[in-house]
Amino acid sequence: MPVFLSDIKRVAELARIEIDDREAAAMLDHLAGIFSLIEQMQAVDASGIQPMAHARDMVARLRDDIATEPDQRTLFQTVAPQVEAGLYLVPKVIE
Amino acid sequence: MQSSASSRVHELGLRQLSGLLHAKKISCIELTSEFLNRIKTLNPRYNAFITVDHKASLVQAAEADALFASGRAQMLTGIPLAQKDIFCTQGWLTTCGSKMLANFVSPYDAHVVERFKQLGMVSLGKTNMDEFAMGSSNETSFFGAVKNPWDAAYVPGGSSGGSACAVAARMCPAATGTDTGGSIRQPAALCGISGLKPTYGVVSRYGMIAFASSLDQGGPMAKSADDLALLLNAMAGFDARDSTSIERPAEDYARDLNQPIAGLRIGLPREYFSDGVDADVARAIDLAIAEYRKLGCETVDLSLPNTKLSIPVYYVLAPAEASSNLSRFDGVRYGYRAPQYGNLDDMYRKTRAQGFGAEVKRRILIGAYVLSHGYYDAYYFQAQKLRRLIAQDFADAFQKCDVIMGPTTPSTAFRLGEKSGDPVQMYLSDIYTIAANLAGLPGMSIPAGFGDGGRPVGLQIIGDYFSEAKMLDVAHQYQQATDWHLRVPEDSVALASKIPPNIPSPQAGGGLGWGRL
Repeated sequence: MPVFLSDIKRVAELARIEIDDREAAAMLDHLAGIFSLIEQMQAVDASGIQPMAHARDMVARLRDDIATEPDQRTLFQTVAPQVEAGLYLVPKVIE
Repeated sequence: MQSSASSRVHELGLRQLSGLLHAKKISCIELTSEFLNRIKTLNPRYNAFITVDHKASLVQAAEADALFASGRAQMLTGIPLAQKDIFCTQGWLTTCGSKMLANFVSPYDAHVVERFKQLGMVSLGKTNMDEFAMGSSNETSFFGAVKNPWDAAYVPGGSSGGSACAVAARMCPAATGTDTGGSIRQPAALCGISGLKPTYGVVSRYGMIAFASSLDQGGPMAKSADDLALLLNAMAGFDARDSTSIERPAEDYARDLNQPIAGLRIGLPREYFSDGVDADVARAIDLAIAEYRKLGCETVDLSLPNTKLSIPVYYVLAPAEASSNLSRFDGVRYGYRAPQYGNLDDMYRKTRAQGFGAEVKRRILIGAYVLSHGYYDAYYFQAQKLRRLIAQDFADAFQKCDVIMGPTTPSTAFRLGEKSGDPVQMYLSDIYTIAANLAGLPGMSIPAGFGDGGRPVGLQIIGDYFSEAKMLDVAHQYQQATDWHLRVPEDSVALASKIPPNIPSPQAGGGLGWGRL
């Protein structure tokens, strides 16, 4: 499946990465090569094969629904770009 | 300390270092100082470390000396080692090789870092790596490329290239690495050291910055299989904080190290000895296999027919998981935030555009693409199905053999810049390592001689699930019969000869990098 410049811009939008035209063109060049590699998968008839989501097909371990982590808000917020009164500050989202 | 001991401690294995410490021939502070000195001299040339903090390391060494003084020292107490900068280390920078985390001082320790601390081991610093572990040459690091100590014009491999280089140049006795598609084994091969990726789930991923969670696995990198076994004993074990950590009884990975391997059946997959491998690498591997035959092993020809598919499958699944894992880097809770932005959405976009390097963006976009509406079935779902075929190849192979062997990489180290402009060429160099990650199998690389230009060749050993103890013995027996693992790069020997013989005072503080306490 060919990859187009519009695809690059669409997925950059989905991934929330700003990309200018020059960068998108360079990205297209590289991704076209990578997708031609990935296309080799289509030659295999995989119907009837169960997808393998995880190495060793492990089942997720369950635990009791109780809080196990202590409150470490102050510690964790020491590495935040901008905090105030225990809250993370971001640009206003509601006018 | 005797000068003869001080001049060669960097050559010793962990058992010998432990012996010196327990016999009080050397103190933990002296041992740590020795390696810090080597880092100070050698690192400017190789760029293997992102953060070094003499003061913090010497404080840990003093604590280890106190454990000896009070009779509470264990085997690995006082042994210094370096951490790949993907492992969170409380109070030290943890950058993951990215501008995104260039200012991130972790508020907590990774599980393996906790383990090492409990044993009284000493951290020598944080090693350079490809950004977010995405790379096979260590050229994608925000902190600059690492150089191969065998020839500084060549790459050390990646993504754990800083750890591999640091061990090869004897800047540390051992280091940690992580392996998502070969990131322990490939740099180990290219730098001429030993590295082990355990069975998926053996080493906790808690505090190990996630790249592709169904493939990521931490493991040890060191000079010998013997050292790897001792380190794996410290790193392995159940941890409830990693949902994929396997609950099984603790084992001593060094228990089989002296078992004879006569009669061992070594599987040689046709696909690993095909046209794709360089002649000098093939020659070295053939000689290594011949050595195993001398040790009484049998070889079995076999096929892993879906080997070629492992590259496309990996380059769908790993980016898909990465695009999800790396969505957490948004400039809100930690790490980089763009200096100027408009609304919240603009802040995300600019933060991620400026904080991530080109290769990371490439993989996030591939991941977003293969997971997006209309493409999921053709790419992601198809890759998951083919992953099962690849795992099944190995299950069939282990009916006929005990371990699988082949080259770790199709070539020896390539030149810096040679493949950095062509991601497809770079990805193809992972051909022999990524299948073990897809299947979740343990794999290792050990030095097996040299190719053209005197650059190291790595022999890969892939074992069945949880067969690490046996694999380590298989590697150890080879290292008893050969001395490739003891060879040291001449470049680093020449540089190190300039190190003054005196031991620095423990009070000498001040980091080389910009680490902090």
